[in-house]
Amino acid sequence: MSSTAGRRRRRPSMATWRASSPSPPSTPPSPPPSTRSSPPPLPPPRRLALLSSRSSPPAPCPPPPSSIRPPTLTSPAPAPTPSPRAPPPSPHSSFASLKRSARAASSEYEHITVSDPETEAESAATSLVPGSALLHPTSLRRGDGQPTQVRRRFRDFVTLADRLAEAFRGHFVPPRPDKNTVESQVMQRDEFVAQRRAALQRYLWRLAEHPSIGPSDELRVFLQAEGKMPLPGSTDVASRMLDGAARLPRQLLGEETVAAPQDVVQPAKGGRDLLRLFKELKQSMVTDWAGVKPPLVEEDREFLEKKQKLQEWEQQLTSASQQAEALVKAQQDMGDTMGALGLAFIKLTKFETEEAMYDSQRIRAADSKCIATAAVKASRACRDLNAQTVNYLDTLHDHLSIMLSVHTAFADRASALLTVQTLMSDLASLQSRIEKLEAAASKIFGGDRARLRKVEELKETIRATEDAKFCALREYERIKENNRSELHRLDRERKEDFLEMLKGFVTSQVLASTLHCSIAFSGMVLEISVAINLASTAAVVLCTCYARLY
Amino acid sequence: MRTWGPLKWKILVKSKDGDFMDKERSPSQSPRSSAAAVAGGAPFLSISVTDPVKMGTGVQAYISYRVITKTNLPEFEGPEKIVIRRYSDFEWLHARLAEKYKGIFIPPLPEKNAVEKFRFSKEFIELRRQALDLFINRIASHPELKQSEDLRTFLQADEEQRMDRARSYETGIFKKPSDFLQMFKDVQSKVSDVVLGKEKPVEESTPEYEKLKNYIFELENHLAEAQKQAFRLVKRHRELGQSLADFGKAIKLLGACEGDLMEKVFSEVGSKSEMLSIKLQREADNLLFNFEEPLKDYVRAVQSIKLKVGSEEATKRFEHIVRLMNEELARFQEQKTADIGLAFHEFAKGQAKLAKDIADAWRSILPKLEACSTS
Repeated sequence: MSSTAGRRRRRPSMATWRASSPSPPSTPPSPPPSTRSSPPPLPPPRRLALLSSRSSPPAPCPPPPSSIRPPTLTSPAPAPTPSPRAPPPSPHSSFASLKRSARAASSEYEHITVSDPETEAESAATSLVPGSALLHPTSLRRGDGQPTQVRRRFRDFVTLADRLAEAFRGHFVPPRPDKNTVESQVMQRDEFVAQRRAALQRYLWRLAEHPSIGPSDELRVFLQAEGKMPLPGSTDVASRMLDGAARLPRQLLGEETVAAPQDVVQPAKGGRDLLRLFKELKQSMVTDWAGVKPPLVEEDREFLEKKQKLQEWEQQLTSASQQAEALVKAQQDMGDTMGALGLAFIKLTKFETEEAMYDSQRIRAADSKCIATAAVKASRACRDLNAQTVNYLDTLHDHLSIMLSVHTAFADRASALLTVQTLMSDLASLQSRIEKLEAAASKIFGGDRARLRKVEELKETIRATEDAKFCALREYERIKENNRSELHRLDRERKEDFLEMLKGFVTSQVLASTLHCSIAFSGMVLEISVAINLASTAAVVLCTCYARLY
Repeated sequence: MRTWGPLKWKILVKSKDGDFMDKERSPSQSPRSSAAAVAGGAPFLSISVTDPVKMGTGVQAYISYRVITKTNLPEFEGPEKIVIRRYSDFEWLHARLAEKYKGIFIPPLPEKNAVEKFRFSKEFIELRRQALDLFINRIASHPELKQSEDLRTFLQADEEQRMDRARSYETGIFKKPSDFLQMFKDVQSKVSDVVLGKEKPVEESTPEYEKLKNYIFELENHLAEAQKQAFRLVKRHRELGQSLADFGKAIKLLGACEGDLMEKVFSEVGSKSEMLSIKLQREADNLLFNFEEPLKDYVRAVQSIKLKVGSEEATKRFEHIVRLMNEELARFQEQKTADIGLAFHEFAKGQAKLAKDIADAWRSILPKLEACSTS
C-alpha cells in the first residue's frame, strides 16, 4: 500500500551480460530482411568479467543511416586463445530479430537504429560523462518513404523516459538504460559508448513494440522532430523543492487548501505541492502504522493474487537468470580450454615432426595433429553455441527488466489510491469541522456571523475537494484498467517469449552437439587407419578398437 | 623375443556408490599374452596390483595394495603368489632398478606427494593403483628388467621380512640403514662438488648427445602443456555439468510458477538438463583416467629420461650410454606412440559419445516444444 516502493528497484546486472554477448553464428536467420535491419555491431566476445582490457575492441563502425538493409552476417572466426582476437565487426545477433517477429511486424516503426556517437565539446559542469556523445537515432515509420534521423543526447532519452512515465501511468513502460556514471569510469570509454548505444537501441525498440507507447506522440516527436529536443525537460529536485517551499506558507494559511483537479492526476511525489505530499504521507502512515482502515481499499482480489504470483515469478526469474549466466560462462570456459588444448597439440605436432628420428614419432605426430584439429574445431563450435545460448537466454534478462516496469505500474496504482484516500479523509475532516461549527453557531442567539461565514468557506472547500476526489478516483480507475490490460498482455507475451526461448535453446544444443559428434568421429576414424600402420601391434590394436566401437 | 605390446588403459565405470569397477582385467593382460598362455607352454609373467585398502590411522595412515603374480617362469617360486605392498615398496624397487640398470629407462612411478585431503580420495587412490599396476607390468615386459632379482624379491618376499619393516621405521619393507647412508654420501659428494666448483664441463659430449638432450627437454615442455590443458578440460566438464544441473533446477522452479502446459514444458527441459549433467560428470571421469592420465604418464616418463640424460654420470659415460639409449629410445617411442594413440582414441570416442547423448536427449523433447507453440 505504501508508495515508498521506489521507482527503481535493484537492477539486474544486465550490463555484464550485454557486453559479453559473443558474435553470432554464421547461419542466416529465416525471416525476410525487410522487417528489421541490422543494428550496429556489438563488440566481439569476451569473458563475462567486466575488466580484461586486453580484449577490448575499438568502437565498431556503425552502418550508415540509410533505409532498411538486410542483416549482414560475417562468420566469426576467432583464433583459439590465448592469441588476442582482432575483432571482426559482426552485427548484433540478428536472432534478436527472429524473436517476436510477429510483434515487430505490427510495431509502429519499421526500424530504429541508434548510431554514430559523436562527441560534442562541452563543459564538464553540465554532464557527468565528460564530452558526452551525441547519438543519432534513425527511424523509419511504417508507411513513410524515407527514414528520419535526429540528434539526441543521453539526457534527452532521460527526458523521454520521464514524460512517458507521466503519460502512461499504470502501463508497463520499458525502463530506460541506467545513467551508470560509476561504471562509465571503470570501463574503457569505447566499450562504454558501444554498450550504451546498444542499450538505447533496444530501449527504443521496446518502446516501439509497446501497443500504447509505440503510436504515442511523445515517441514520435522524439524520433522525428528535427533539431533540439522538443519535449519539456524534467526539472531537478532542488528547484522543485524551492518552488514548493514558496507555496507552502500560503497553503498553510489556508489560501490554497485544495489541489487543483488537474494536479491530482499526477502523483504527489515529484511535484511542487509540498502540502499535499505531507498529507499523503500522513495518510499512508495512518493506514500502515496505525492500522486504521482507510476509506477505500484495494479490493480487487484477482489483482492481489496476481501480484503475489508475480513476486514469486520474479524471484525464480532472478535465480534462473543467474544460473543462465553461470551456464554461459561454463560453456565459454569449455570452448576456451578446448582451444588451448588444440593449440598445445599443434605445437607438439610441429615439434615432433621437426625432430622426428623414428617412424613411430611421425605416426604419433600425425595422431596428435588429428586431435589438435578436432579440438580446435570443437572449440569454435562451442563458441558459436554460446553465442546462440546467450541470445536465447537473454529472454530471462528481458523479462527481469519487464518486472521493473511492472513494479512501477503497481506503484502508480498505489499512489493514485493514496491520493484518493487522502482526499476522502480530508473530506471527512472538513465535514466534521462544519458540523462542529454549525453546532456551536446554533447555540448563539441570532447566529454567529463569523462562524457562519467560516462554514460557507468550508462548504466551498468541500465542493472543490469533491471535484478533486472525483478526478482522483477517475484516475485511479484508469490506472487500474491499465494495470489489468497490461497484465493480460504480459501473460500472453511471457508465454510466447519463454516458449521461443526454450525452443531456441534446445535446438541450438541439438545442432551443436551433432556437429561436435561428427568432429570427434572424424578424428577417431583417422586414428584407426593410422594404427593399422603399426606393424608389430596391428592385430592387437585393431581388435581393441573394434571391440570398443560396439 | 620382444614381447611388449600396447598397454591399454581400461574404461572405468563408476558404480552408484562411487566405487570404481574395472570393466576389463588389468592392463597387463594384453590379448596376445593371455592368448599365448592359453596356447600352453609359452613363458608368461602377469602381475596385477589390486585391492587398495587404507591401513593405520591419522598421520601414519597409508594405502596397501595386493600384488598378485601369475607365472610359469622357473625363476619364480610358484605359479601364483600374493603379497601386500605399499607405495614406498614400489619406490624401493624403482631405486634399486635405477641403480643396477643404468642405461635403461625405468618406467616412471606416480607422484609421491599429494595434497593431504586429496590423498585418500577415491579418484586419487584409483589413479595411483592404475599407475602402479602399469609400472610393475612395464618392468615385467622389459626384456632386461624382468630378469632382475629385485623384481622377484619384490613380488615374492613374505611376511617374515617384516623384521626389516620394523627396523626401517615404517617406511617400507626394503629400506635398510645402509641405504640411508648411501643417500647421504651421494648428497655429500654433490654438495662438495658444487662448493668446490667442480661442475662438470659439458664439452665432452657429442652433438648427437646434445641433440638428444635438447629433444628431451623440449618434449617435456610441450607435453606438460598438453597435459595441463587436458587436466583443465576435465575440470571444465565438471563445471559445465554442475552449471547444467543448477540451470535445470532453476528452470523447473520457473515453470512451477507458470502452471499447466508451460510447467510441463519447463519441467522437461529442466529434467533433461539434470540428466545431461550426470553424463558430463561421467565423461569428466573418463577423460581423467583415459586421456589425462596417459598424458601425465608420458610426462613422467620423459621427466625420468630427462634426469638420466641430464645427469653428470650420463654425460661422462655418454659413449656407452648413447648406444644403449638409442635402443631404449626406439623402444620407448614405439611404446609411447601406441599408448598415446590409444589415449587419443579414447578422447575422441568419449567426446563423440557424449555429444551424441546430448544431441539425442535434447532432440527428444523438441516435438513437445513444437506442439506447445502451435496450440
